[in-house]
Amino acid sequence: MKKWFSRGAYDGIPIALGYLSVSFGFGIKAVQSGLSPLAASVISAVNLTSAGQAAGVDIIAAGGTLIEMILVQLVINLRYSLMAISLSQNLDGSFTAPHRFAAAYGITDEIFAVCSTRSEPVRPAYMYGMISAAFAGWVTGTALGAAAGQLLPADIRNAMGIMLYGMFIAIIVPPAKKQLSVFLVVLAAAGISLLFRYVITAVSGGFAIIISAVAAAALGALFFPVREEADTA
Amino acid sequence: MKLAVYIIVMAGVTYLIRMVPFVFFRQKIKSQYFRSFLYYVPYAVLSAMTIPAIFYSTGSYITAAVGTVAAVALAYFGLPLIVVALAAAAGTYITGFFL
Repeated sequence: MKKWFSRGAYDGIPIALGYLSVSFGFGIKAVQSGLSPLAASVISAVNLTSAGQAAGVDIIAAGGTLIEMILVQLVINLRYSLMAISLSQNLDGSFTAPHRFAAAYGITDEIFAVCSTRSEPVRPAYMYGMISAAFAGWVTGTALGAAAGQLLPADIRNAMGIMLYGMFIAIIVPPAKKQLSVFLVVLAAAGISLLFRYVITAVSGGFAIIISAVAAAALGALFFPVREEADTA
Repeated sequence: MKLAVYIIVMAGVTYLIRMVPFVFFRQKIKSQYFRSFLYYVPYAVLSAMTIPAIFYSTGSYITAAVGTVAAVALAYFGLPLIVVALAAAAGTYITGFFL
C-alpha cells in the first residue's frame, strides 16, 4: 500500500512541477480578475483542472449566470468522461466503488495520461500518490502566483509555460516510435487540431480538442484494431 | 451573485463529469472497436492539446519551437518525463537569450 502510494507520488513529480508553473499563471490571472489569493487557491483545490478554471474565473469576473457556468464546465471538461471510461478498463481489482468515488476527483489530463499508458493495472494507492503530488503542485502554484506572480522575471515565466507540453511529448513519443498505428493516430489528431485552429476557427478550443481526439482515435480503431493481449504500449 | 455559489457549481459539475463514468462503468468492454478506440484516445487527446498550443506557450514561436525539438529528441531516446519537460523549458530559456 505504502509502496504504491510513494511510487505514484514519485511518478507524479513531473506533473507537480508542470502544474506548479501552469497554476502560477492561473493565480496571476485570478487576482487580476478581482479574486483574492485565498479564493483562487480554493478554486484550484476543488477543481484541479486548468482550462475549466480559467473559463470559470472569466464567468465569475463577468458576473455570468450559473447556467453558463454549468455549460462551459461541461463542454471544456467533457474529455474527462472519455478518460474516466478509458481508465476504468485498466484498474486493479482492488479498485472498489469507494475508491472510485474518491479517485475520480483526480482524473486530470496528465494523471490520466500517466495512469492509462501503464502496462499494469492501476491500484488506488498509486493513483492517490499521484493525485497528492499533483494537488500539492497545483494549489501551491496557484497560491504563489496569486500572492507574488509579478515578482518573477518574464523569461522564467515563459520557459515554465512549455513544461506541461514537454511532458505530453514525453508520453506520446516513445509508443509512437514503437507502434506505427499510434504514430498515425497522433499525426491525425495534430492535423485535425491544426485545421480547427487555422481553418475552421468558429469551433471553440474545448470542442476542437474533443472532436480532434475522437476523430483520430475512431480512425485508429477502424484501421488498426487492437488485439486483446497485444495492447500494451 | 455569491462567489461561493459559483465555486460550488463549478466544482460540482467538474466532479460529476469525472465521477459518473468512473464509478458506473464497471464491466470490461467487449467490442474490439470500442476497446481500440479507448486505447488510442489518450494519445489523440494529448496530441490535439499539444499541437498547436505548444507554439503559443512561451510568448515566442522561436523559443517554443526550440523547446519542442529538444523535448521530442529526448523523448525519442526514452528519457523520463521530468527530464524531457525540463529540457523543453531549458531549450526555451536559453534560446530566449539569443533573441
